[in-house]
Amino acid sequence: MITVKHISKSFADVQILKDVSFVFETGKTNLIIGKSGSGKSVLTKCIVGLFEPDEGEIFYDERRLSDLKPKARKEIRKEIGMLFQASALFDSLTVEENVAFPLNMFTKMTKEEISDRVNFCLNRVNIINKNQLFPSELSGGMQKRVAIARAIAMQPKYLFCDEPNSGLDPVTAIVIDELIKEITDEYNMTTIVITHDMNSVLEIGENIMFIDSGENKWTGTKNEILDVKVKELHDFIYVSKFLQQMKRKR
Amino acid sequence: MCKDNYYCLFWIISMIPAFGKYMTMLYSIFLKPEKFSIYWKRFVDEVIQLGLKSLFIVILMSGFMGAVLVIQTASVIESAWIPDYTVGFTVKQSMLLEFCPTIISLILAGKVGSNIASELGTMRVTEQIDALEVMGVNSIGYLIGPKILASLFIFPVVIMYSMVFGFLGGGIVCYATEIIPVEQYIEGIRSFSEDNFGYVRYALIKTSVFAFLITSISSFFGYFLKGGALEVGKASTKAVVYSSIFILIANYILTQLILI
Repeated sequence: MITVKHISKSFADVQILKDVSFVFETGKTNLIIGKSGSGKSVLTKCIVGLFEPDEGEIFYDERRLSDLKPKARKEIRKEIGMLFQASALFDSLTVEENVAFPLNMFTKMTKEEISDRVNFCLNRVNIINKNQLFPSELSGGMQKRVAIARAIAMQPKYLFCDEPNSGLDPVTAIVIDELIKEITDEYNMTTIVITHDMNSVLEIGENIMFIDSGENKWTGTKNEILDVKVKELHDFIYVSKFLQQMKRKR
Repeated sequence: MCKDNYYCLFWIISMIPAFGKYMTMLYSIFLKPEKFSIYWKRFVDEVIQLGLKSLFIVILMSGFMGAVLVIQTASVIESAWIPDYTVGFTVKQSMLLEFCPTIISLILAGKVGSNIASELGTMRVTEQIDALEVMGVNSIGYLIGPKILASLFIFPVVIMYSMVFGFLGGGIVCYATEIIPVEQYIEGIRSFSEDNFGYVRYALIKTSVFAFLITSISSFFGYFLKGGALEVGKASTKAVVYSSIFILIANYILTQLILI
């Protein structure tokens, strides 16, 4: 479980996050949704420690991030898997080397054990016989799946996915969503997905936070979101005429 | 004049935060590696990438430069009182003191510097550096440390090749055109041999300093890049310009310190 309490963050004079609080629950896919520029990525980067919040507290289970020394923070980071928007696979490494990277760096596993684990993770995301290819030789969807394989290689307790569907066709996007959901259930992880894709929200949104202009405007589940009364979220969901007509029919 | 002083002062003040960032970057390089074997592999890869892959262009340039120096020197010596071996001596002095360490380093600043800045800049833009940080890897130590160490190791070797092939280029021209006898050229190269070791040492010290400047400055501009593809290009250009400027400044200071 990850708890954020009263997080605020500014860059220069621009306040990006304003007093954001939320509990990301274990074993669930927790979604942060909102428009582009609403502060979703900044909040995530604060949670993983890439940015230091100006105010507020972040708890990884019982561990308060701001109390931890750099070495203890590093230990927490080993419990984090992250899927980046652009996959962020290392260009100079093959698929196999990418997935093996954290295992090589942080474990004392033998070559055979690493190879077994890499193949297991790649099979889990349905990447087969692509071990020796470089990221540039893969499609966008495959890159995402390899990035998921790398993220789960260390069996993380916390999985962060920054817009996992961006740049993917709707079919592949759903495949990636389902994969994230399956892995979350399988490993009982605390998964945080940042998205503005309503398909994802309705597919995997078990615990949702809506951010607008850096503020937490709504929290709920995928079953509650379509009947929401909050204006900003309503406008966010029913932005297309098609969805507006669908709502009227409902 | 007064206005120029203000600009100069403003430039120096604006450079202070960047210098602080640069020093912090250098400090992070020397933090304990997560796993030595991985860093060693990175070091070997960088030796190949930065040094061995630059060898061809360095050998080609040095060979032709040696050849051209022989022709130019021989063509301007008209007096019968000046012995032929002066050509070899001039080539040796030019190659050892300035061409091999400084000019080749400036060329490497262009080739290697832009390569490093664009590589790290692209990694920053595509969030690969963030990925390393989230994993708990000291990204500066992992990405930049091996580059600096590899350049400190391999650039002096590259410069030694440059010296050898520079002399060889001159020798081939002497043999092919008979502009001066080859024996005289070799005698010129070997003349005042008691000073040669000192000159080579001076060249290698300069090269090591230039290697550090090229890799650290280029890494700085690539690693701390903000923005997108356009900024990668700009960082690459800045890396080459600043590396070249600092090489020229260091060249003057080292020459003053070592040779005078």
